[in-house]
Amino acid sequence: MTAPHVTARQTVPQAAPTRGGHNPESFAMLLQHPLMKPLAALFALLLVDLVFIPGFFHLEWKDGHLYGSVIDIVNRAAPLMLAALGMTLVIATRGIDISVGAVVALSGTVAAMLIGGTMVMHNGVPVYEANTPMLWALCAAMGAALLCGAWNGLLVSTLGLQPIVATLILMVAGRGLAQLLTDGQIVTVYYQPFFFLGSGYLFGLPFSLYVVAAVVLAVSLLMRKTALGLFIQAVGINPVAARLAGLKTAALIFFVYVFCSACAGMAGLMISSNIKSADANNAGLLLELDAILAVTLGGTSLAGGKFSLAGSMIGALIIQTLTYTIYSLGVPPEVNMVVKSVVVFLVCLSQSPEFKQMWKRKAA
Amino acid sequence: MAATDVAPVLELTGIHKEFPGVKALSDAGLRLYPGEVHTLMGQNGAGKSTLIKVLTGVYTPERGAMLLEGKPIRPSSTLEAQELGISTVYQEVNLCPNLSVAENIFIGRYPRKWGRIDWKGMRREAARMLALMDIDIDVAKPLSHYSLAVQQMVAISRALNVNAKVLILDEPTSSLDEAEVQLLFTVLRRLRGQGIAILFVTHFLDQTYAISDRITVMRNGEREGEYLCSELSRIALVNKMIGAPADEQRAASVAEDAAPAQPAAHSPAQPLVLEARALGRRGALLPTDISIRKGELLGLCGLLGSGRTELARLLFGADKADSGGITAGDRASAAPFANPRDAIGAGIGFCSEDRKHEGAILSLSVRENLILAMQAQAGMLRAIPLKRQQELANNYVKWLGIKTASIETPIGSLSGGNQQKVLLARWLATEPKLMILDEPTRGIDVRAKEEIMDYVSALCRKGMSILFISSELPEVLRVSDRMIVMRDRKACGEYQRGELDDTTVLHAIAGEAA
Repeated sequence: MTAPHVTARQTVPQAAPTRGGHNPESFAMLLQHPLMKPLAALFALLLVDLVFIPGFFHLEWKDGHLYGSVIDIVNRAAPLMLAALGMTLVIATRGIDISVGAVVALSGTVAAMLIGGTMVMHNGVPVYEANTPMLWALCAAMGAALLCGAWNGLLVSTLGLQPIVATLILMVAGRGLAQLLTDGQIVTVYYQPFFFLGSGYLFGLPFSLYVVAAVVLAVSLLMRKTALGLFIQAVGINPVAARLAGLKTAALIFFVYVFCSACAGMAGLMISSNIKSADANNAGLLLELDAILAVTLGGTSLAGGKFSLAGSMIGALIIQTLTYTIYSLGVPPEVNMVVKSVVVFLVCLSQSPEFKQMWKRKAA
Repeated sequence: MAATDVAPVLELTGIHKEFPGVKALSDAGLRLYPGEVHTLMGQNGAGKSTLIKVLTGVYTPERGAMLLEGKPIRPSSTLEAQELGISTVYQEVNLCPNLSVAENIFIGRYPRKWGRIDWKGMRREAARMLALMDIDIDVAKPLSHYSLAVQQMVAISRALNVNAKVLILDEPTSSLDEAEVQLLFTVLRRLRGQGIAILFVTHFLDQTYAISDRITVMRNGEREGEYLCSELSRIALVNKMIGAPADEQRAASVAEDAAPAQPAAHSPAQPLVLEARALGRRGALLPTDISIRKGELLGLCGLLGSGRTELARLLFGADKADSGGITAGDRASAAPFANPRDAIGAGIGFCSEDRKHEGAILSLSVRENLILAMQAQAGMLRAIPLKRQQELANNYVKWLGIKTASIETPIGSLSGGNQQKVLLARWLATEPKLMILDEPTRGIDVRAKEEIMDYVSALCRKGMSILFISSELPEVLRVSDRMIVMRDRKACGEYQRGELDDTTVLHAIAGEAA
């Protein structure tokens, strides 16, 4: 029996965990859980940090909120977690979305340009005011992201384009459009409330974390309480059979692309809020690749079908922790990428069934 | 014909193979003699496929000995097995349709000359190899240009390319028509004459008796026995496959395919559940009228390509019709169904002939596969509670006798017949008014076939209508209340139960005056 691997299947009662950790059989089953490997990789990284980076786990209460490396990592990982969340569903339907970075740039640009910020004198005190009410600006940015998603979804589901080709179009066009809007310049935002999204704190924790938690929670609930998870898997494993069983396959595929772009749009808002500007050239650059990597590290196969939302979240944390670790250890910037790729390679290798087979054969 | 004093070319003894929760083979064995056609028979789940996979290196058995010409072997991959001289042609032709015939035969081992591929030599050699089987085709044309039967021959000649001692054919005839089967048998006899041991796996009794020298019957993962074909009667064979001494009547009906079925409880007074007028699609089906009444079992037969599957797909909205209309029950519109969802909404279920690609969702569990159509109908938001899902799945598993380790087992690890039963259950759970069954018994064993046909008849008596498509004429004749014969993409004859006999229908199918 393979352990259930997906949120939609978490509802299946499992004999093992209820019997407690002392039972060797249940322990073995726990070890076989698909989340085990990404978790182990994350813990290994954290162990390295514990040993080599002094005060890595040190948390401090300052100015009414928590400070520390861990908080910093989680805060910085937030946009990637969102992108990976959307990507997971797309990949589960056998698709891929490489326009995520472009959508990040576009949504950030739209928000930044609409908000901008002009200085007005208020009772003799200079105050920055938004050009457009912030709520409208955020809605417009999300609207732009949703339109991007609808475009991708249309190309893939209705026109039947290959996902990588369909989203390649927007990957080029989306960033191009953002650059066109900003004339290739960085648009700076001077409106204080906008910064809260990416660098504000609520009850001592970064606000971005609450956003991620809310979205993850909402999607998890959707998977658990509705048949969405089952349908996405069915479409990913066998689209023809799924259609013949009466599923609205085209609508489902359309939905996952819209959802993926919505996640990218939120990530874009977070990033531009965090850097207090919109950088159409660099914001979210290659974020799609990190998102795909996060999904893969989390144990979801690019072949579609079974997926793990929790796995993707852990994957995103692995990537961010790795980046942080490399910087903190003082690895020279020029070897930075190489070190990162080696670690990623090792994690991927540990998940390869072929490699496992080879290992077993050697041992036998 | 092999004599018993000749040493077997291949001998398997005491083979054990277990999968999580299932003992697939226990103490299974097999002997193959050079120059014989040996048929492996058994019900679904008897272990035939597993045994073949052990033989060809796909699975490694936990215990047991394999001797090839007296020497122990232990192939760990199909390639290794092939190098040892054990070649296999699988049920689904595993070739590349877009490559030429010659390339398919030599793929992976193209002949070389001066470091480059010797295309001319390759074609010459391919033509020569096919000529050995009396096949004369242009080997430069892409494989997809030729019929399935020819593709099958190409697969065989590819398998023989390597100095084969043993040739395994896993249900090679399941997609061939009668003439093609005869062609295949001619080739097999020729190969037998050349001293190759042929292991033939089939579900068709007629074919078994037409070609075999020897039969090994498997049951529950064990070798039930090995028999000379000439010394084993059909009834005895069926008995050995089923295990229990089946009652004479039943065994005889299976063996001879001739027993009359009891009339179903339908009458012309029953209301129509579905009526299609001038339903057609270019290149697939000429405008065809068809209607079916409540509780009626309507048989649809014809050769491959006659339009029978095309009609079924149009009736279900799997393909879009470009002419005609469909009225069904209290459905408001008279337009053809735009998609399967529409059809399901009108109370129609459809078991496709292509179980693997259009039916089962292989890595999902039995439970998930079973409730899929029902859940799709309920809509995404109204998730069926897990408890209800388990209850449904358990009930159907019990009722249809589905053999599975648990309802959470992926459907892909079930045998063909059991997968078919799960798919049948998928539709039954939606409580359809009309079920379209396209070749529901293809590639599954006698017992499962019988069981499925029994359920089908029982459902009809309960008021469900069934459109039954099968290429096995006796099967259709036995169960149908009414039958439509299709030929050349249109319906060409309709027969009531009383008028049904195989010669009339055969003539209609073939298109000759009776």
